Amino acid sequence: MDFSDINFSLLIASLIVAATPILLAALGELITEKSGVLNLGVEGMMIFGAISGFIVTIETKNPWLGFLCSCVGGMLLASIFAVVTQIFRANQVASGLALTLFGLGLSALLGQSYTGIKPVAFPDMHIPILADIPIIGIILFQHDFIVYFSIFAVIFVYFLFRNSHFGLIIKAIGENHDSAHALGYKVILIRFFTILIGGAFAGLGGGYLSLVRVPQWTEGMTAGAGWIALALVVFASWQPFRLLIGAYIFGGITLLQLNLQALGLEINVALLSMSPYLVTIGVLVFMSARRNKNSLEAPRSLGKTFFGL
Amino acid sequence: MKILKIFSLVLSTFMVSGVFASDMKVGFIYIGPPGDHGWNYQHDVGRQAVDEAFGGKVETVFQENVPESADAERVMTQMALSGADMIFATSFGYMDPVINVAKKFPNVKFEHATGYKTADNVSTYSARFYEGRTVIGHVAGKMTKSNKIGYVASYPIPEVVRGINSAYLAAKAANPNVEFKVIWIFTWYDPAKEADAAKTLIQQGADVIMQHVDSSAIMTVAEEAGVYAFGQASDMSEFGPNAHLTAIINGWAPYYVKRVQQAMDGTWKGGEQTFDGIGAGMVIIGNMSDKIPANVRKEAQDLADGIASGDIHPFTGPVNKQDGSPWLASGETADIGTLLGMNFYVEGIEGDIPQ
Repeated sequence: MDFSDINFSLLIASLIVAATPILLAALGELITEKSGVLNLGVEGMMIFGAISGFIVTIETKNPWLGFLCSCVGGMLLASIFAVVTQIFRANQVASGLALTLFGLGLSALLGQSYTGIKPVAFPDMHIPILADIPIIGIILFQHDFIVYFSIFAVIFVYFLFRNSHFGLIIKAIGENHDSAHALGYKVILIRFFTILIGGAFAGLGGGYLSLVRVPQWTEGMTAGAGWIALALVVFASWQPFRLLIGAYIFGGITLLQLNLQALGLEINVALLSMSPYLVTIGVLVFMSARRNKNSLEAPRSLGKTFFGL
Repeated sequence: MKILKIFSLVLSTFMVSGVFASDMKVGFIYIGPPGDHGWNYQHDVGRQAVDEAFGGKVETVFQENVPESADAERVMTQMALSGADMIFATSFGYMDPVINVAKKFPNVKFEHATGYKTADNVSTYSARFYEGRTVIGHVAGKMTKSNKIGYVASYPIPEVVRGINSAYLAAKAANPNVEFKVIWIFTWYDPAKEADAAKTLIQQGADVIMQHVDSSAIMTVAEEAGVYAFGQASDMSEFGPNAHLTAIINGWAPYYVKRVQQAMDGTWKGGEQTFDGIGAGMVIIGNMSDKIPANVRKEAQDLADGIASGDIHPFTGPVNKQDGSPWLASGETADIGTLLGMNFYVEGIEGDIPQ
């Protein structure tokens, strides 16, 4: 076998692309969970975002509008979840699961006449000068807008929860909704908001799948990406940068094992295909092990219904 | 007395017509959505052919996205309980669930695709897809410029291994310098993963991609990268007008109609193992693209015709196994048992088959 067949800068560049849908969806879920809401409907919102964005891109020939509508699609589905869990106080776990089933079914229905069509290509943005740097240029500066957006979104969310008043309010509500309510914060309203944001990110992640990464519409095309995103949030212990690392490791190992397979390496392939899950969990657990216990825990009101109106 | 006679006549007419109206209920279970434009799509085409062939006499029902697990048992049990007389289970992994459910419903007829376990009320059917892969393997060997052919494989089951081997032997015969790069992705249907695997193969220099997974993602990726690919189970040229060379199309309709007819006539038998290929129309070579030179198109067609008539066998010696040990002597053809249980690569393919 011949390792020169692997182009490592291309490998890293494509792992960033491969990880972007999961990263976006997980980041949205992180914001939602920080406010104490567990939305298991990520998969459903993703696939609904995928079909919404796809339909709009096909009809308008404008991928930017498509991405916008994949956000709107995700938010639309999230708003159902928000109404059901925040106003009618339904169980979040059950509602989230139902949302996934609903999203999968609805997208299949809407997408029936959209199979076999190719969306308009979404252009890469080669950043002037930087894109021409050897190796680094290919890895970092020749991506499309959504990839850059996802990285900036991670940085933004990090500072949101660390430095901003609004971020602290979200966290307070997630830690103890009764106290936050007593302090005068609008628990339901803010949760409504974070659920919608979570939906928008999940939808965008789905749109990235159907418009850039695959790019086509097929039923059930998210194939579990939403569940991986959910797991990543937990293993990243609700920290944006760990989420980024986790998503990139997951994408990276996935592609690396494909590359090693294509080289005809004599490693147990079953082990190789398991490796993205094992390594990602391993690294994130290792990172968590050195932190103090408080910073690792889930928001204390996570998944609990707020009755204190 | 007369009235009674008329009454009984009317009644019996009713009963007969009643039997006719619900003569048979046939259930189908699919591993993915029929909208995949691949494997499941063709099974659904077969189901619709049954609908059409028998008009109102046969009612068909189907369940999509049925996992190859206890869920399959649950779904088939449900189908049998709600009156299905015959059930087509259309994926390899339904094998044990079919056998289990068949034990519980001895009067329901089961047809299991691509498996090898039968019972008094279970028959299996499979297509000799490797015949089609011989034809497209030849085309791939002729079309590659980099001499690297990528192959995206699903699970290491005999059917998939058989396909890789037959494609490799044909490609190697067409082009002695050809090299195969195989990626196993352990799923039948995951467009994103299939796309990743195809991109990886292309990055490593493959300029013709073959696939044994169900979605059309690979065709889309090939079109974008400017390399060639083949339709899997269905014609996929709409996904890659330039990339699409030809397709192996699964033709289930004649078999489904025949078996349902036999079930209605009472001539259906369990324990049968159907294994048909190009000759019987269960494997169809799709339209060949203009991108293939005319002489190669003709060679491929001759190959297909030869296989159909039985003059050519895709596995004809001399062929060695991967480790160099002899498998088929010169002129010897592979026996059906070895083909159905194939778990080894032929000589020349690199890498291991996952266990």
